[in-house]
Amino acid sequence: MPDLLLELHSEEIPARMQRKAADDLKKLVTDALVEQGLVYEGAQAHVTPRRLALQVIGLPVRQPDQNEERKGPRVGAPEAAVQGFLKSAGLNSIDEADIVADPKKGEFYVARIRREGRETAAVLAEIIPAVVRAFPWPKSMRWGEASREPGSLRWVRPLQSILCTFGPETEIPDVVPFDIDGLRASDVTRGHRFLSRGPILVRRFDDYIAALEKAHVVLDLDERKRRILADANTLAFAQGYDIIPDEGLLEEVAGLVEWPVVLIGRFDEAYLAVPPEVIRATIRANQKCFVLKEASTGKLANRFILVANIEASDGGAAIVAGNERVVRARLSDARFFWDTDQKPLPEFVGSALKPLDQRLERLKALNIVFHEKLGTQAARIGRIAKLAGLIAPLVGADAGKVERAAGLAKADLVTEMVGEFPELQGLMGRYYAAAQGEDEAVAAAVEEHYKPQGPSDTTPSGPVSVALALADKLDTLAGFWAIDEKPTGSKDPFALRRAALGVIRLVLDNNLRLPLSRLLDAAFDALPVKADKAALIADLLSFFADRLTVYLRDKGARHDLIAAVFALAGQDDLVLIVRRVEALGRFLDTEDGANLLAGYRRAANILRIEEKKDGRTYEGGADVALILDRGKEEERTLVEALRLAREEAHAAVEREDFEAAMRSLAELRPAVDAFFDAVTVNAEDSELRTNRLKLLDALRAATHTVADFGVIGG
Amino acid sequence: MTTPDIKDPLHPTRSFQGLILTLQRFWAAEGCVILQPYDMEVGAGTSHPGTMLRSLGPRPWKAAYVQPSRRPKDGRYGENPNRLQHYYQFQVILKPNPPDLQELYLRSLEAIGIDMRVHDVRFVEDDWENPTLGAWGLGWECWCDGMEVSQFTYFQQVAGIECMPVSGELTYGLERLACYLQNVESIMDLNFNGREGDEKVMYRQVFLQAEQEFSRYNFEYANTEALFRRFREAEEECRALLEKGASADGRHLMVLPAYDQCLKAGHAFNLLDARGVISVTERQSYILRVRELAKACGAAWLLTEGGGAA
Repeated sequence: MPDLLLELHSEEIPARMQRKAADDLKKLVTDALVEQGLVYEGAQAHVTPRRLALQVIGLPVRQPDQNEERKGPRVGAPEAAVQGFLKSAGLNSIDEADIVADPKKGEFYVARIRREGRETAAVLAEIIPAVVRAFPWPKSMRWGEASREPGSLRWVRPLQSILCTFGPETEIPDVVPFDIDGLRASDVTRGHRFLSRGPILVRRFDDYIAALEKAHVVLDLDERKRRILADANTLAFAQGYDIIPDEGLLEEVAGLVEWPVVLIGRFDEAYLAVPPEVIRATIRANQKCFVLKEASTGKLANRFILVANIEASDGGAAIVAGNERVVRARLSDARFFWDTDQKPLPEFVGSALKPLDQRLERLKALNIVFHEKLGTQAARIGRIAKLAGLIAPLVGADAGKVERAAGLAKADLVTEMVGEFPELQGLMGRYYAAAQGEDEAVAAAVEEHYKPQGPSDTTPSGPVSVALALADKLDTLAGFWAIDEKPTGSKDPFALRRAALGVIRLVLDNNLRLPLSRLLDAAFDALPVKADKAALIADLLSFFADRLTVYLRDKGARHDLIAAVFALAGQDDLVLIVRRVEALGRFLDTEDGANLLAGYRRAANILRIEEKKDGRTYEGGADVALILDRGKEEERTLVEALRLAREEAHAAVEREDFEAAMRSLAELRPAVDAFFDAVTVNAEDSELRTNRLKLLDALRAATHTVADFGVIGG
Repeated sequence: MTTPDIKDPLHPTRSFQGLILTLQRFWAAEGCVILQPYDMEVGAGTSHPGTMLRSLGPRPWKAAYVQPSRRPKDGRYGENPNRLQHYYQFQVILKPNPPDLQELYLRSLEAIGIDMRVHDVRFVEDDWENPTLGAWGLGWECWCDGMEVSQFTYFQQVAGIECMPVSGELTYGLERLACYLQNVESIMDLNFNGREGDEKVMYRQVFLQAEQEFSRYNFEYANTEALFRRFREAEEECRALLEKGASADGRHLMVLPAYDQCLKAGHAFNLLDARGVISVTERQSYILRVRELAKACGAAWLLTEGGGAA
């Protein structure tokens, strides 16, 4: 069976687009093949900075023949309809069509067309140009002489050549005959830009990959990553360092080279006075190099790993020297920012304000906008400070420290360092706060108020940090709710889901008892926009419920149990909600719990049917006198048991002892079982029947003290 | 072309001016007209009408020139070894881009003394955009041993108008490149004229005082009231010239003077921005206002001889 080899050779493809481009190429070509009736045995795509390649193996030589039936007009239809049919079906005269009788519609013409399968190569010559023309690059461009005309070919960067061969593995494959905007497919490619010369004749995938390796091109992205990592580890280890892993950087670097050559460089130890995060951000963002730590101490080392694209004739000495120069210049910039940020601003020379306070004043003076509808950063800082002040006593934080931290939290946004490396916001504020002698808890809160940022980030536990982190997130949530910028579907530009999850984790990880509604109420009050507060709070609480459900489900909790608890009114205390869910889960795992649930369901089923039939509810409790007078023994027992269980469960819920509440409900089990064994609910005596239904309703109500059992699945 | 002797003061690795002369000779040999810097304050070589306007319309165009770039905000009083409020770019514009532009560019690096057998030259993604010119393109930062030495862009749109054909634009950061070639750490330490001893002139001697004085002016003393006024006046004049230059036969007769006013407005905005008197929201609206001028100039350019009007 013949194989296809395709290579699209271009100028440098952005690293971040490479992996998806390879996947897209494979999917688009193979989908088009299958659509054309061409099944294949396997396909693999590869990508380097300068080429996208695809191998499809085990294709048939030609398409299978196809028989098609095309229904035409009725016999005796107007001439125009008949002519149209002949034309579309490719018939010369109506005699070539068959006549088919349909019991309902009468006699019809049917054209039976036999399509001979075309040669696969011819189909490929159509498919591939179409795929290339419609390729889903995130951004594409026009170029050269052809770009004078509209509709010229677009590609991610100029496409230089196309290699496309097709043929059986035992013979010399043919070039698939097509051209795209003047680029003719051939069996020739080129090797590494600097380490290889002249054209390379290629027949099929095996000699393609071997010829490329010889021409200093590692075709496979993951293989390049593997080689980089192995060489980097070896090099670091030999000198007593460990590489600080960075998967994102590795993927990017592997997309910048066709022939990775790993080298190690150094920088002046004096730069280690700058915070390690800054050094890492500098070297990573600007230089795309890996930083190292001392294997013995774990401290950042004054070394870095770089990945070059050539085997230099001087062994890499010039490349290392050049990279060291740039790292030096960048670190010198970083140190300049680090020093400048700790000095007075020109407009505050001689002022008593500390450096970070000066930045805060500058931030205010610049009227930097947080969001068009939500006012300036300065106004937001004011809101956060107020809200954090409200939270402080609830989390045991010192009010003075919370206020100080709130004032400084955003000041680093106008520092040089954060201007250069926005990802260091918060962290730099912490360093600068510490440097100007702020209390440790205050400095920590300046960094930690952004936390937790994602599922893998840590949750702060210091009370000052917690108060500020909660205030920051609640203000954000209330603000964007008030201007109706809620997340929808996959769109969440303001990271509001993350903010809500942050609140949930802050509350749960620190076991905080917070009345969320009251805090949200205050948050809405502080906003510069007027809104229907009650409705927004309710909506936001249900958003929290959704996020909590996702969070607990990820931790293994049953989502139906979470729903069962949320179905109760007024649930805004996250800690209690979680405790309830946990207690409920444990309870239902016991035999008593499972049986009570079964009894509940039986009661609820009967009630549902009878309430529907009678068009009324049976709320309000059973008539005890009637039961004592005419009821059965088992009814009397149940009534008494229900009264006791309900009282005890209520009291236990009041104490927030959900285990005890459920234990008392469990006590109902023998009474419920005995009731269903001995008592007919739908008694002939309608008074008794009504009362028994009311008794079942009382059972249902009793379980509602802990959760809505009706929502529990399984 | 012949590369000067390594001992020649004008060798590209010995002097700043030698680097400029070598690049000029290289691109002149490729058929470029060698223009001189535009005589106005601009933020980048792209703003020179030789790129900004000439990249619009169908006429072929090849030019190269040095352009001083004024970036008031980047001034550091001459104290930062790598940041200046005034520096030089070497700009090449080829319309349409030749198919082997990457190869040409690499040869130009060889011409200035970068040996591809020992240096690691890379094309790293960089989507270029100039919001005040309404321009964007795709291309790369060109790295040599980890240092960005040039910008390489295929213009897709300029002044909000599709480029047909597309131009290739190369921008060499001359000071940074010279630091690399001369192996010095600070721009101020560059040898400007390639001489030694008493005859040696350093970059510092030529520009340090200017960096200090202009940093003071840009950050502290520029008269913001006058600048706001100048911005408005330039904006008005640009519009007025565009209106008055539109002739009855559909041609435009005053695009270049109008575009000068657009550049003046742009520079006034850059100064105001450096003075810190433009808030974030206002900033966007000023950029938009300059862009509107640039777009109107670009559209008018298409109605001129240079813009390809018949």
